[in-house]
Amino acid sequence: MDKEEKNTQDTKVEKTDVKKDSEASETDNKSKKERKLVIPGETIVSAEDHLPGDFTRNENGEIVASRYGLAETNGRVVKVIPISGVFEPRRGNTVIGRVVDINFSGWSIEIGGPYTAFLPLMECPRFIDRNNLQEFADIGDVLSLKTYGVKKGSIDLTLKSRGLGKLNGGRLIKINPHKVPRVIGKEGSMINLIKDNSKTEITVGQNGYVWIKGDDAGEQKAEAAIKLIEEEAANDGLTGKVEKFLGVKN
Amino acid sequence: MAEKGIYTKRSDGRKMDELRPIRAEVGVVPNGVGSALFAHGDTVAIAVVYGPKPLHPQHLQKPDRGIIRANYNMLPFSVTERARPGPSRRSKEISMITENALSAVVDLTRFPGTVIDVEILILQANASTRCAGINAGAMALAHAGIVMKEMVASVSTGKMDKTLVVDLNKYEDSDFHDGEGSTDLPFTLTSRGDMITHLQLDGKTRPKEVLELYEMAKKACKKINEYQMRALKGEKIDENQSKK
Repeated sequence: MDKEEKNTQDTKVEKTDVKKDSEASETDNKSKKERKLVIPGETIVSAEDHLPGDFTRNENGEIVASRYGLAETNGRVVKVIPISGVFEPRRGNTVIGRVVDINFSGWSIEIGGPYTAFLPLMECPRFIDRNNLQEFADIGDVLSLKTYGVKKGSIDLTLKSRGLGKLNGGRLIKINPHKVPRVIGKEGSMINLIKDNSKTEITVGQNGYVWIKGDDAGEQKAEAAIKLIEEEAANDGLTGKVEKFLGVKN
Repeated sequence: MAEKGIYTKRSDGRKMDELRPIRAEVGVVPNGVGSALFAHGDTVAIAVVYGPKPLHPQHLQKPDRGIIRANYNMLPFSVTERARPGPSRRSKEISMITENALSAVVDLTRFPGTVIDVEILILQANASTRCAGINAGAMALAHAGIVMKEMVASVSTGKMDKTLVVDLNKYEDSDFHDGEGSTDLPFTLTSRGDMITHLQLDGKTRPKEVLELYEMAKKACKKINEYQMRALKGEKIDENQSKK
């Protein structure tokens, strides 16, 4: 029964991520030629016929970058797409976290962002003894969760969505959260490729935490493949490289 | 440079306003959110950025903004006489001025109550270590995706007897005592506005000379900023020709 539950849970998490990713890759294709690596304080274009978007500003008639990343022009709006930095949680992100503290009303969970997130007891879908929270999740346990409230300085999590819950066994690795879309691939193509060829279950959190479970060799293979994607994320022919690494025969 | 002094030639053959060979690179410590190496000749610094992350103890938290916590340290083998590891009066001072020099350009309001740690290590010292540390620190912050108004670049300027020079080495910084002696005046300037975010003075100088040194520092910082930019765009810069 446990196994069954794990499987449905796994695919569910995937699907929510996939939706985000297909959106992202669509904008990818539209303006690939326009992208340029910029550093803070660098002038991107003149402000005469452009408007400042994310992480840019208008300074004395020039559009200036405020963050290290890829500058992209979309119509008249210029924005910088970050390529590095810690995970910045938004409402509705699927994340993987580790319990760091327990108090009477819930669990404090580290998700790799600027703040420790909180999972209230009420947001847990099954019955839990109020006096014995660690029975469900003890310090050090890993869970897949969803962010439902992100305010300045506090992040609230929930388990009340399909496919969320405790992750038992396996291994947890960390990658750059900005490379997560590449690891998942278009409509989950990349992650399915790895899963099929390493015979593992993989859950990818938007925060860059990746949970892998399978036999030892499979886990190792999947981990190496994900690290390869992280390294090569910016280059062309990524799928080909990963296929070659996994030994896929066409 | 107008006045004639006894220091007519630099100990390493550089022009008076010439920088030492630069080394610059980002991503040297994959574990960090961002990292960088910056070297002025034999002075080598690495900086690693962690965060923004929750700040403890709680009383250090600022409710309206995050803070930067710089930590400058020289490695024991960075100098000929073993440097005792751990905080010292000097390293605490440099950590503080680095914090101030970097905080000026960073947008700290995005994540209140958090900390951005900037760990700076001097691998090898040959004067101007604080400048190398700040240069590496600024690159590491940018590399870590921290929102910043602009970059900062740091350079030491100084006066050898009556001659004004840029980017002092060990001999010029502490072993030159002829004539009026040596003065060390490190600057940190922002990349767009040439605003001063750090200025120190060790020695004696005239007000007119300080202005001249500021002009020299502006030119040198422009160059350093270019190196920082090139390194952040993926280049591995190493100008270390044989200078032994």
